[in-house]
Amino acid sequence: MSELDFTALHTALQEIAPHGRSALLPALHAAQAIYGYLPEPVAAEVGRLLGVPLADVCGVIDFYSMFYREPVGNKVVQICGDMACALAGGEALIRAACRHLGVALGEISADGGFTIERVPCLGLCEHAPAVLVGEQALGRVNPEQVAEWLNGHGMVPVALVYGSHRRLTINCGRGRPATLDEYLESGGYAGLRRALSLSPDEVIAEVKASGLVGRGGAAFPTGLKWEGAARALGEPKYVVCNADESEPGTFKDRVLMTDDPHRVLEGMLIAAYAIGARQGYIFVRGEYTYAYRAIERAVSEARESGYLGESILGSEFSFDLELRRGAGAYICGEETALFEAIEGKRGFPRIKPPFPTTSGLFGKPTVINNVETLCNVPFILEQGAAAYRQLGSPKSPGTKLFCVSGDVLRPGVYEVPFGVTIRYLLYGLAGGVRQGRRLQTILFGGAAGAFALPNQLDVPLTFEDLRQAGLPLGSGVVMVLDETRDLRQVLAGVARFFAHESCGKCYPCQLGTQRQAEILERVARGEPLPGDAGRLSDVGWTMSDASLCGLGQTAASAVLSAMQHWPTLFEPTIKGDGLDKY
Amino acid sequence: MTEVNLIIDGVPVSVEPGTTLLKAAEAAGIVIPTICYHEACTANALCRLCVVEVEDWRVLAPACVAQASEGMIVHTRSERVERSRRTILEMLTSAVDLSESPEILGFLQDYAADSQRFPGALRREPPLLDDNPMYVRDYAKCVLCWRCVQVCADDAQYTFAINFSGRGFHTQIGTFFDKPMPETTCVFCGQCVGVCPTGALKPRREWLLEQGILPEEIVQSSRMARKQKR
Repeated sequence: MSELDFTALHTALQEIAPHGRSALLPALHAAQAIYGYLPEPVAAEVGRLLGVPLADVCGVIDFYSMFYREPVGNKVVQICGDMACALAGGEALIRAACRHLGVALGEISADGGFTIERVPCLGLCEHAPAVLVGEQALGRVNPEQVAEWLNGHGMVPVALVYGSHRRLTINCGRGRPATLDEYLESGGYAGLRRALSLSPDEVIAEVKASGLVGRGGAAFPTGLKWEGAARALGEPKYVVCNADESEPGTFKDRVLMTDDPHRVLEGMLIAAYAIGARQGYIFVRGEYTYAYRAIERAVSEARESGYLGESILGSEFSFDLELRRGAGAYICGEETALFEAIEGKRGFPRIKPPFPTTSGLFGKPTVINNVETLCNVPFILEQGAAAYRQLGSPKSPGTKLFCVSGDVLRPGVYEVPFGVTIRYLLYGLAGGVRQGRRLQTILFGGAAGAFALPNQLDVPLTFEDLRQAGLPLGSGVVMVLDETRDLRQVLAGVARFFAHESCGKCYPCQLGTQRQAEILERVARGEPLPGDAGRLSDVGWTMSDASLCGLGQTAASAVLSAMQHWPTLFEPTIKGDGLDKY
Repeated sequence: MTEVNLIIDGVPVSVEPGTTLLKAAEAAGIVIPTICYHEACTANALCRLCVVEVEDWRVLAPACVAQASEGMIVHTRSERVERSRRTILEMLTSAVDLSESPEILGFLQDYAADSQRFPGALRREPPLLDDNPMYVRDYAKCVLCWRCVQVCADDAQYTFAINFSGRGFHTQIGTFFDKPMPETTCVFCGQCVGVCPTGALKPRREWLLEQGILPEEIVQSSRMARKQKR
């Protein structure tokens, strides 16, 4: 190990090292790109250059799934094991790849070329089953063509975008990012121009009047959030774009970033102007390298054309932003965990209060918004709140992107006005259940969501109606399950996901996600123990009631909803009761 | 300063603004159980044993950090609170060795927690680490209260010798690339041993004596070790 050459590392880190700890994730990405993994001397050198205690460097490496302390193959092949991909045969891909290379999961192939991993949802659900070979995403992967896709050949996923009203997605679905010129032609940056002609308070008033609420899952009023940060004491202030889209079944932000990256930037610029921020961050999940590149190109286009930097469009407003890549941790979608990651730490969520608007990134007032939320902002500023409210319901104005996948004829991102029914979305637009099968249920809102029954198809898709029906809108996941699907397997998959992604900070989630997964594994095997339903219920309610952050509070949401709908699923199977199909 | 008035388990309490529910309850003579909380450490609200039910709150509140506010109505032994505390204790005892944590064992009794509630549960059972002359680390007893990491860092010593490894259930306390303590920045101040609530960190002498090794044998062997080093 001592013969390791640090020249390339020193060059790579020269520019970012002075930023110290906040450069830790970028530095580890850069180091891993050079050495293939992060051996001890490299980790030590990164710590030395950035001034981060070595134990902390190691703690960070260990927290993020995409950083490796041990050698891996030249290409890490990440095969999605969640939900839509599991339904479409993801496990067969894992078996095929392992057999082809003669390795077990996590082992390096004999030629050093590959390491196969089963990973959480890659956000390519409309192209299930999906894999990442190195940074190359591939969809509709066939286990019989294993030799081809292991070498990066196959169907490169392009966004499938549909819907009745295209406000956010007008430039999406072309199979490539809209350039700055194309964005301008479609009316881009007109919202920013109008915003700059108003006072920051007037911009906030417009957003408040629009009724826009956050699209990341929590549905917090965006204007109120901005107002909180604008009025908070403390400088500098930050705008952060949460592009760590990782909720299983969610892929809308991927589509917005890869196909229309300037819309995201324009939304951030308007937010920054409104709250008085000069600096912003976009934190993109580690698996979305291609989306990161699209945003990166858009940022340089915007800088060259005066949309980012000093005196934007000749005004007194200046703003620039830095991009950050995650490294494999669902928890970083939790806003305070995301701040920790930008600050170069393990992605542990913080205790709230204080809230980000007063004490966010680096302890400063911060607005953090989801990608889709920000993409609504240009329209609101350009056309005004009244025009924005022409679609949707009074309490849920505007349009919403739904991520439709699973056993559905036309999976994809659907932009529809709030208020259409689930039936219209599924049967009117998406072609209904595949292969003429009957609908069993819809997992609504993702792994952290709840099950909708066929008799709920006429519920209008609004925050208020869904809440009343006990369905979380979440990040807009509509995961369709046909009558042949084994819900016990689906639930075991959901539980495995949360056990893998719990950060381990608070006891209810650290212990509860593990126990929940163990119980559901035996339920899925058809071997539940007497009392398992009671155990699941106690574990589930304890996580929901007592966990520190949203991850733990929703880690049992799907399970508890299934227990309510189908209590017999969790009891020992009695032959001949009609349940043995499970 | 104007005091804040609230009701805890039916008892009216007045406290200074900024007082936590844990302290406010204490003032009313109500004891709330805690594991991770330590007077000398930054409260992280992670064991969640101290959760209480505040009326109109969606989720339970961690009493060690949640602050009293005017008109709050707090229940420290409601059904939801009891279920959470009991289940947390049952899950904890199914994961780690609590045999040297008398306080937590007491909580198990108080909340009628069943230590066999989770049959077949995975336990955290790493081997004991005896890599320095001062203390041993038996992480099979570690409840991940974080106190040792905090006192080693900016809660006290600024040594930064230890941090976390793994994630989720598989989180452990560890050094840089699992190096033995003498090869880290550890200054053997002993503060981590002092704040450990479960005997996971223990003076090496205490550990040797427990195993029936006589004091003179311990002296003898440590002299030998020093000589060998020279």
